[in-house]
Amino acid sequence: MSSSQEHYYVPDGSRWPIIAVCGMFTTVFGTALWINDISLGPWIVALGALGIAYLFFGWFGDVIDESMSGKYNAQVDTSFRQGMMWFISSEAFFFAAFFGSLYYIRMIAMPWLDGEGHLGSSHLLWENFSASWPLVNTPDTEKYTQVIEPMGAGGIPMINTLLLLSSGVTLTWAHWGLKKDSRFQLVFGLMLTVILGAVFMGFQAYEYYHAYDALGLTLNSGVYGSTFYMLTGFHGMHVTIGAIMLAVITVRAAKGHFSHEKHFAFEAVAWYWHFVDVVWLALYVFVYWL
Amino acid sequence: MTSIAATHDDHDHHHAPTGWRRWVFSTNHKDIGTMYLFFALFMLFLGGAMAMVIRAELFSPGLQFVSPEFYNNMFTNHALIMIFGMVMPAAAGMANWMIPMMIGAPDMALPRLNNLSFWLLPAGALMLVLSIVAPWVGGGMAVTAGWTLYPPISLQAGMSMDLLIFTIHLLGISSILASINIVTTILNMRAPGMTMMKMPVFVWAWFFTGVLLILIMPAFAGGVTMLLFDRHFGTSFFDAAGGGDPVLFQHLFWFFGHPEVYVLLLPSIGVLGMVVPTFSRKPLFGYKSLVYGMAFLATLGMVVWAHHQYTVGMSIWATKYFMIGTILISIPIGLMKFNFIFTMWRGSLTFETPMLFAIAIILMFAFAGVTGVMLAVVPADLQYHDTYFVVAHFHYALIPGAVFGLYAGVFYWLPKWTGHMYDEKLGKLFFWWTTISFNVTFFPQHFSGLAGMPRRIVDYGVQFTEFNMVSSVGAFAFGLSHLLFLYIIIKTIRGGEPAPAKPWEGAQAGTPGLEWTVSSPPPFHTFETPPEVK
Repeated sequence: MSSSQEHYYVPDGSRWPIIAVCGMFTTVFGTALWINDISLGPWIVALGALGIAYLFFGWFGDVIDESMSGKYNAQVDTSFRQGMMWFISSEAFFFAAFFGSLYYIRMIAMPWLDGEGHLGSSHLLWENFSASWPLVNTPDTEKYTQVIEPMGAGGIPMINTLLLLSSGVTLTWAHWGLKKDSRFQLVFGLMLTVILGAVFMGFQAYEYYHAYDALGLTLNSGVYGSTFYMLTGFHGMHVTIGAIMLAVITVRAAKGHFSHEKHFAFEAVAWYWHFVDVVWLALYVFVYWL
Repeated sequence: MTSIAATHDDHDHHHAPTGWRRWVFSTNHKDIGTMYLFFALFMLFLGGAMAMVIRAELFSPGLQFVSPEFYNNMFTNHALIMIFGMVMPAAAGMANWMIPMMIGAPDMALPRLNNLSFWLLPAGALMLVLSIVAPWVGGGMAVTAGWTLYPPISLQAGMSMDLLIFTIHLLGISSILASINIVTTILNMRAPGMTMMKMPVFVWAWFFTGVLLILIMPAFAGGVTMLLFDRHFGTSFFDAAGGGDPVLFQHLFWFFGHPEVYVLLLPSIGVLGMVVPTFSRKPLFGYKSLVYGMAFLATLGMVVWAHHQYTVGMSIWATKYFMIGTILISIPIGLMKFNFIFTMWRGSLTFETPMLFAIAIILMFAFAGVTGVMLAVVPADLQYHDTYFVVAHFHYALIPGAVFGLYAGVFYWLPKWTGHMYDEKLGKLFFWWTTISFNVTFFPQHFSGLAGMPRRIVDYGVQFTEFNMVSSVGAFAFGLSHLLFLYIIIKTIRGGEPAPAKPWEGAQAGTPGLEWTVSSPPPFHTFETPPEVK
C-alpha cells in the first residue's frame, strides 16, 4: 500500500467508455446478422470495428497524455499493474478452458465413443468407429470430411517455436536497454520483436493454407480440426494483438516516452508477450507434438 | 458547458457534473453504483414478469396462455436475467457504492473502466431482448435450452441463439472488467492503516467474488464461442458424429456455473457480516474464521462442478470425488451460520428490516443446505435429477441466499445512499409479505418434485395440480410484493426523516470500515486525501 504525497488521479467524466460500448455492441450485432446471411451484417461489423479502432486511439491517447503530464503517482501505477496482472490471469483461464476441452476430448470422449466406460452409450451409434489421436477418421464420414494427414511437429511449428522464443529474448534485451536508458537498444530490440512476431504470423498463415490445401485438415474435418484451429487460432489472435501493442510501444519508445523508472506500458506489453510465448510452448507440446 | 467551466475555473472537483453527461460519462463510483442498482431494479421487474408468465401457465395442467416454445424461452431468459441482470449488477452496485467508502479510497482504482463495466450491461440487456424478439422478426426457433444452453438443443435454435451468445460475451466482459477493478481497488486503494484483516466482511466477500469471476467467466465465454463455431463454421466440438461430445459443454458450463452460485451468494454473506453485528450491537463472532471460511468456500466451489451432471455417465470414481467434494461445502457454510448465530448470542437485538431479512436468510438458507446435501449424494440425485425438487433447492439457495441478502443491504444502506430513513413499518410489511409468499411459492415444489414432477415443462400430470396452484398463488403474491419494494425506495429517495452519518445505533459494533464517518448522503467525492486508520 503506497502512501502518496499527492492525490490519487481520478479522471473527470470520459466519453470513451460509452463509445467502447457502442462499438462492441455494433460489432457483435453485425456479426450475428452476418453469420445468419443478412446482407447488412458486414457493413455493421465494419462500422463497429471502426468505432473500436477510434476508441483505442482516443482512450489510450488520453491515458498517454495524462501519463506524460505526470498526473499518475506511484499508487495509480500500481493499480495499472495489478489490473494487467488480473487481466492476464483471466486470459490464462481462457486458454485453460480450451486446453481442458482438448484433454477431455482426447482422454474421455474418444474412449467413450470407442466403447469404454460401462455407463456410456455413445459407442452404440457408430459400431465400426475406433478411437485414435489425431482423429483422422470421424465417426460420421458423410457429415464431416476426413483428414488426409495430421499436422506434424517438425517444420513450420518447430520454426515458429524458435521464432517466438527468440522474440522473448529480444524483448528482454530491449528491457535491459530501457533499464540503462539506452534508447537505441530499446527501440532496436522492440523492432526485432515485432518483426519476429510478424514472421511467426506469416508462417502460421502459410501453415493454415497448407493444412486446408494439402492435409485436408479443416474446421469441418471433425474434432481434431476443431480443437487444432480453436487453440492455434485463439493463440494467433493473441499474437496479433500482442504484435500491434508492441508496434505501438516501439513508436512510443522512439518518441522517448519511457524512462528507466517509469514505463508501465512497456512492462504490460512485455508481460502479455511472454504470456503468449508460454502458451505457445504448451500449444506446441499438446497440439502439435503429443 | 461554458457557464459551468466559468464558475469552476479553479479546478475544484467537488462539484457534480450535471445533466445526462453526469451519468453517461461518469467516473464516480457512487453515480455508477446508483446506475447499477437502478439497472438491477429494472431487470428484477423484467425477470419477475417472466416468472409470472411461467407461474400463470403452470397454474393448471394443459396449455393455457403460451406456446411450449415461448414457455421454454421464458424460463431460459428468466434465469439469465435474474442472474446476470439482477443479482450480479445489484451486488456490483453495492460494491461500487460501499467498498471505496469502507476502505477510505477516493474512488475505484480504474474509474473509466468502471463506467465501461456498467454500460456494457444495458447493451447486453438490449441484445437479450433482441434475442427474445428475433423469432418473430427474423424467423428461426427461439432459445429453448434453459440458461445452461446445453447442446444439441442450443445448436438447433435460430438467430436468437447467436444473439444470446453475444449477450453472454458482452455481460461476461462486463463482469471480468468490473471484477478486475474491484479486486485491484481492494488490494491497492486501502487508506493507510486499513490492513487486510481490518477490512469489513463485505469487502472480503467481494474480494473472493471478484477473484472467482475473473477465473470462471472465461470458461463460459469459451464454451459459448465453441457453440457459435459449431453452429456456423462446421466444427464438431459438441457433435459425436465428428468425434466431439455434448457433455464437454456441460463441463465447461458448470466449471463456470457452479462457482457462479458462490458469486451470487458471497456478496450477501458480506452484507450479513455487516448487518448481524450492527443489530446485535456486538462484534462479529469469529471474524478471521469467517474470512478463511469464505476463502475455503471459493476454492472448494471451483472443483466440484460436475455434481450437476451425475446422470451423464461419468465414471464411478469421478462421481465419488464430486460427491465428497460437494458434501464438504457444508463445512464452510455451516461455519458461516455459526458465525452469525453466535454473533447474535447474548447480543442486544433489535429487529429492523435488514435484521429481519438476515435472520430469515440464516433460517431459510439452511433448507437449501439440507436439500443440497441430499442432491449431492449420487444415488439419491439420480432420483431427484431434473425434478421440481431441484427447482425448490436452488430457489431456496438463491432467493434467501442471494436476493434477500441484497434486500437486507438495500434497507441497511438506503439511509446512507439517499440521506433519508426508509419507512420502517412498510419495510417490515415488505419483509413479512415476501418471506411468507416466497415460502408458499417454493415449499410445495419440494413435494411435487419428490413425487416426480419434472422441471422445465409447460404441462404436467393432473396429480400435481394442487401443489402447482399453491405455488402460483404464492408467486403472484411474491411478485406483487415488489411493487411495495419499489414504492418504499421511491418514497425514501423523495423524502423522509433525515438520516445522520451513522443511522444505526450499533453500526460501529461489527467490523465497519469508514463508511459511517461520512455524511448521509456522502459528498460527491469522498476521501480525496486518504484518511488515517488507527
